[in-house]
Amino acid sequence: MKGRVWVLGDNVDTDVIYPGKYLPIIVPEEMALHALEGVDPQFASKLKPGDIIVAGSNFGCGSSREQAATCLKAAGVAAVVAGSYSRIFFRNALNQGLPLVESRECSKRVKEGDVVTIDFGRGKILLPGGEMSFEPLPSFLTEILEDGGLIEHTKKKIAKEQ
Amino acid sequence: MGLTFAEKLLAFKAGTDFVQPGQIVEVSPDVAMSHDNAGLVIRQFRQIGVDRVWDPSKIVIPLDHRVPAESTKTANAHKSIREFVKEQGIASFYDVGEGVCHQVLVEKGHVLPGMLALGTDSHTTSYGCVGAFGTGIGATEMAAVWATGKIWLRVPESIRVHVHGSFPEMVFPKDFILHLVGRLGAEGANYCSVEFHGPAMAGIGIPGRFTICNLSMEMGAKNAVVPVDRVTTAFFEGLKVTGGKAFHPDPDAAYVREETCNISLMVPQVACPHGVDNVKPVAEMEGTRIDQAVLGSCTNGRIEDLREAASVMAGRRVHPHVRMLVVPASRTVLLEGIRTGVITELIEAGAVLVNPGCGPCLGAHEGILADGEICIASTNRNFKGRMGSPTSEVYLASPATVAASAVAGKITDPRRVK
Repeated sequence: MKGRVWVLGDNVDTDVIYPGKYLPIIVPEEMALHALEGVDPQFASKLKPGDIIVAGSNFGCGSSREQAATCLKAAGVAAVVAGSYSRIFFRNALNQGLPLVESRECSKRVKEGDVVTIDFGRGKILLPGGEMSFEPLPSFLTEILEDGGLIEHTKKKIAKEQ
Repeated sequence: MGLTFAEKLLAFKAGTDFVQPGQIVEVSPDVAMSHDNAGLVIRQFRQIGVDRVWDPSKIVIPLDHRVPAESTKTANAHKSIREFVKEQGIASFYDVGEGVCHQVLVEKGHVLPGMLALGTDSHTTSYGCVGAFGTGIGATEMAAVWATGKIWLRVPESIRVHVHGSFPEMVFPKDFILHLVGRLGAEGANYCSVEFHGPAMAGIGIPGRFTICNLSMEMGAKNAVVPVDRVTTAFFEGLKVTGGKAFHPDPDAAYVREETCNISLMVPQVACPHGVDNVKPVAEMEGTRIDQAVLGSCTNGRIEDLREAASVMAGRRVHPHVRMLVVPASRTVLLEGIRTGVITELIEAGAVLVNPGCGPCLGAHEGILADGEICIASTNRNFKGRMGSPTSEVYLASPATVAASAVAGKITDPRRVK
């Protein structure tokens, strides 16, 4: 996976990613129009499919609202690389099929607009200034991602049990 | 090696004697709660293609976030929830006006000691106030729980907080937990189970424990708990509800972090914009202009909180430049406030009563802040734009500090007013 990065700081919370006033929206494509609106009201219009969000620690802290993950996925964000994640956002993102990488280093080593390549299989990120490693997700979580999210994953599991 | 509360409870739920942090267990919840976002849960559940929920008796749905409906979109979502509840035979449904989900679940006895409660709301950690393991999940994950009755959970590391001393006048559990969130930071308890122990806990009732467990989410806690004691037992006797199972950590359980707090030394606290961990003594922020004061929410909207505020405001009036909103946490709280005259006192002092529910806490409706406005609230979050305009600011404090500030028209140490 290769994409252009957007660099954000620590504690990017769910209200900033997806403000509460948009919660009644149920269509992901419409949610995408408000992605990261609290960081920059124009953010969604600048995002291009395949972009990668790189952030500091505690990304997605705050509410359980999964729209914070859904809006990023629907806006075409290919992956998030953050120092750490709030636990509910971590689950929500994978359940929506949005790949996550945990790396304390990445946000310090990239600048906005850099193009990076993430090799999930090898646990490597290729940066303009070299390569860095990350711990790949456990296999039961990559299975959810590979199935395209928890809905498809659950369907598959139920079918297997029957 | 002994086990912590979370390890004991999750081992029991997983049907084994021993689990350790980092281990993944598959468990079935005793309670599965969702609120207005049940609309989204239903949508995802339908996509899975299962006809019936796994166990309608374990699902509880109170509508609280945008009540009564503020838009057609919300009204349609509420409608779909009412239809689904009927279709699936979900008896524990609370329509608009009953109150905030967490308050309703605790006061109606849906959550008992030792239960595993999952909720599509991050403040599901609140259920630790009655010795339960409560944790938040997203709507899609809840749809999978509704379909299969199962969820994977990582056994968390645990943090032990030893609390001793007694609260000085005008210092409350809200001040203690804001202080702790400030000390540990917004990520300080991420993925962890936080246990509250020590002699001071015996003097803190269920309402105070609720506030403490509720706010623990703001340091990232997976769950927070005050283990069952005489206070818990007396609470359930009062409710005339029996059952549950008390889990007490072993004396030799392993903790990743231990904190000691002497609440006798504490002063009123305030969380400054835009982070719940940006905590300072109220005295340092005194004089900050406010436009709005919000008393209520699941964090501090109980009768004790309303009473505390009313006693600070006795004989005074809300400052003419301030709008003060009172949001009781539930219908029960509202009725008790009416019966005891507390609501009358607050309204006579110039406050505006909002129906039980989440109200302005999440910025959905009822008390949205304009550009550049400043609010002091007894709620649980002060993120940028949380209550409305991205240029507005929210300070979090105890009901006493909110009340003192409302009458002064600026952030005020409640010890000065008393």
